Amino acid sequence: MNTAGIVSVSYIIATILFILALGGLSNPETARRGNWYGVIGMTIALVATILGVVTRHYEILLVALLIGGSIGIVLARRVQMTQMPELVAILHSLVGLAAVAVGFANFMDTSVHLAGAEKTIHDIETYLGILIGAVTFSGSIIAFGKLSGRISGSPLMLPARHWLNLLLLLGTFWFGYEFVVQSAAAGGMTPLIIMTVLALLFGIHMVMAIGGADMPVVVSMLNSYSGWAAAATGFMLGNDLLIVTGALVGSSGAILSYIMCRAMNRKFFAVIAGGFGTGGGSSAKGAEDQDQGEVIPIDALETAELLSNAKEVMIIPGYGMAVAQAQHTVFEITKTLREKGVNVRFGIHPVAGRMPGHMNVLLAEARVPYDIVFEMDEINEDFPDVDVSVVIGANDIVNPSALTDPNSPIAGMPVLECWKGKVSIVLKRSMATGYAGVQNPLFFLENTRMLFGDAKTTLDEVLKAL
Amino acid sequence: MKIGVPKEIFAGERRVATTPEVAQQLQKLGFGVLVESGAGAESSFSDDAYRAAGCEIATGAEGVWSQADIILKVRGPEEKEVAHLKAGKTLIGFIWPAQNPELLKKLTASGATVMAMDSVPRISRAQKADALSSMANIAGYRAIVEAAQHFGRFFTGQITAAGKVPPAKVLIIGAGVAGLAAIGAAKSMGAIVRVFDTRPEVKEQAESMDAEFLMLDFKDEDGSGQGGYAKVMSEEFIKAEMALFAEQAKDVDIIITTALIPGKPAPRLITAEMVRSMKDGSVIVDLAAEQGGNCELTEAGKVIKTNGVTIIGYTDLPSRLASQSSQLYATNLRHLLTDLTPEKDGNIVVDMEDELIRGATICKDGKTTWPPPAPTLSAAPVKAAAAPAPAPKVEKQPSVLGPIVGMVAAGLALLGLGAVAPPSFMAHFTVFVLACFVGYMVIWNVKPALHTPLMSVTNAISSIIVIGALLQISSSNSLIMWIASGTILITSINIAGGFAVTRRMLEMFRK
Repeated sequence: MNTAGIVSVSYIIATILFILALGGLSNPETARRGNWYGVIGMTIALVATILGVVTRHYEILLVALLIGGSIGIVLARRVQMTQMPELVAILHSLVGLAAVAVGFANFMDTSVHLAGAEKTIHDIETYLGILIGAVTFSGSIIAFGKLSGRISGSPLMLPARHWLNLLLLLGTFWFGYEFVVQSAAAGGMTPLIIMTVLALLFGIHMVMAIGGADMPVVVSMLNSYSGWAAAATGFMLGNDLLIVTGALVGSSGAILSYIMCRAMNRKFFAVIAGGFGTGGGSSAKGAEDQDQGEVIPIDALETAELLSNAKEVMIIPGYGMAVAQAQHTVFEITKTLREKGVNVRFGIHPVAGRMPGHMNVLLAEARVPYDIVFEMDEINEDFPDVDVSVVIGANDIVNPSALTDPNSPIAGMPVLECWKGKVSIVLKRSMATGYAGVQNPLFFLENTRMLFGDAKTTLDEVLKAL
Repeated sequence: MKIGVPKEIFAGERRVATTPEVAQQLQKLGFGVLVESGAGAESSFSDDAYRAAGCEIATGAEGVWSQADIILKVRGPEEKEVAHLKAGKTLIGFIWPAQNPELLKKLTASGATVMAMDSVPRISRAQKADALSSMANIAGYRAIVEAAQHFGRFFTGQITAAGKVPPAKVLIIGAGVAGLAAIGAAKSMGAIVRVFDTRPEVKEQAESMDAEFLMLDFKDEDGSGQGGYAKVMSEEFIKAEMALFAEQAKDVDIIITTALIPGKPAPRLITAEMVRSMKDGSVIVDLAAEQGGNCELTEAGKVIKTNGVTIIGYTDLPSRLASQSSQLYATNLRHLLTDLTPEKDGNIVVDMEDELIRGATICKDGKTTWPPPAPTLSAAPVKAAAAPAPAPKVEKQPSVLGPIVGMVAAGLALLGLGAVAPPSFMAHFTVFVLACFVGYMVIWNVKPALHTPLMSVTNAISSIIVIGALLQISSSNSLIMWIASGTILITSINIAGGFAVTRRMLEMFRK
């Protein structure tokens, strides 16, 4: 029996299944099927490799698989939907770590002998795999820390950080070169380790400099990196399955980042290069000091009254809803209002929350039917007909100064134009600014009411009053 | 104090200054309400309804005028009504002191306090008592209803078995309260609506009602005058404006004109020439008829037909929706009275320090107090709040050159790579590039709602890197073997965790 042939065919099948998985995930109708394609593809790839390629140490392999698998499943079961961004970030770091480990193991494996250009290319592949893997690993760890609040969300601005980045990058290149040269002479471990450390530092520094508001882009960018790391490892091992899968993941992550940057009207490079308000910081501060007028507070009872008298209600959730875990109460309110004949809809900003689609996941968890959940572009024109907009713990995504103040750090970012409706009720814990650190003139508008307090508590009161 | 509501005696006036519903609320302020029998008959409020609301009914106007301390009216008082006024009484209604100096003199001489609803200042706080706006709203709506009655066709376009019906084209001149109400009414009947106004800031309001805003390209000239009204424009502007109207007149079926400049006769916007150029069956509704008319041929209070064009010059449009306008007007009056009775004890206090009350009061204690000093709050901030200037959208033309240069550079780099790389690498590289494109194609149209599940599934899939570890685990080098098994351990966390969490998320997406 031609084992190698069967393994190859299995890999092709797995590849196709992965493509189908990604394709399926682009539509809610087919998404669940897509996930199953992914599971089947992965299983086929694993079984084929274990049966066809692995020759011994089966017991260790199986134990590792079982332990890892159970940890993974427990993690997936336990995680709160609001902690999803952290989980995804920490899982990315695992892929990065794996890429580094495979790279080193492969380098130490002296059983394959190559020479000349092939040797050089192979070394470069190893080097790239480890480099990307290390950046992914440390970057994801920092992203995890920032998302879970273990590290401050504000961007770390080291002096001359762009030069520092450049220096680190050049350093990795230099040691990469050293590595290739020394490797030809059967050495090279030292430059490889130094390069790995530099890459780790680079990953840490890169993500540290990115502000919390840009985290969705970072998570998706790291996702892309983990793909490229897998692809580079594939080159190193001469394994097409790894190359294809890595390329799929890499390009899809890159596109996701791009889509998100476009939604925020920010240049991808500007996000990667560092935190919010790099140029406009001073003007943002100036605007904060200005006395913007007085806000009009409202209480839960009045809110309930406004809501039940409205015909069109738009709910705009933000990170505050995730923090307060208020999505279930929000859905209860939605249900009550809809039973009264109020047309309640949800308006989701593409970068609401800390992860792309964060709000959709939370609302889905609360069983809000997805056909009343709309994207910004779908509903922004409807705001003049909306009687009451309820902004739950969102700030920058409903900031009119993005459209009116060209000096604002978020100028040009498309926002949900809730102020065009009749009344906006803004639920907020305090008058603090959002992640971008920009004061929001919305709060001071005549048709805005502020409902202060924890979103969950106040919404519970509103629900009771309904 | 007692509020008296006499029947309106102006010919054709159907409105009444209070409704049973508002009368009830007035009683809550501590007032007694006395209504002349039959006062509400024309606006469908019977004496019984007033009685049920706790009002007294007086037969004849005499009783009302002599017993009441506060008289609420719609139209200004006639000669014989003025005779009833004396010191200590208060009259509230539309007086138009600028147009009726004689009446103002007589009212002052009577010694009574008179408040003109038309003089309520245009400040945000006073909007609740702004009867001009509420009447203009009704007039705008009614203008369309009148136009529809005299217009021989549908407003909405239809394709029927009996042929195609083109939609009516309506031109509305002046996008004030009346103009906007007219837009709303015409739009909801299905017409194509165009709007012209000299004030550029109303463009957004007009467009928000889904009407097409006709703009003249005059950069420096802004027609916004004080208090949200328009002002007189320059000669060149008017010339361009007239050219626009002449051109539009040939095209549209219905013209509604609402152009007024405070204290001046209405501007002549539609000439006899333009009327002649209009299609047969067209309709003009001139809401400025009372102030001389925006159309040269308008006759105030009449409907005339010339050259097949109907010109409606009714001056009593709000009165033609008597029930509705009475209700809104009565509510405006109630808001004013609420401000006048801070103690809610049925006694009014004419506080001349209060901007709203000061503005509305035209004579008090035998002295004329009209015109009031200019409102201290300028209209500018109100205007800014009403119409936030949209930021100019700078649409960058994507450079065509950029991508081409990039592609050429990438192509050259690939060629360079191909020149030195061994064939086995190139085979892998082909696969890699193709896979990148597949990823691009597959992902490009993903729904934003699915970004998170997509990311977690791609994350799970990227742990395919486990294959690398599997290839190494059979190594005889025990260090490699242990590194590989560690790698398997962590990637399998990722595989199981990634797929399981995706499944969990997707389970929740349901219709």
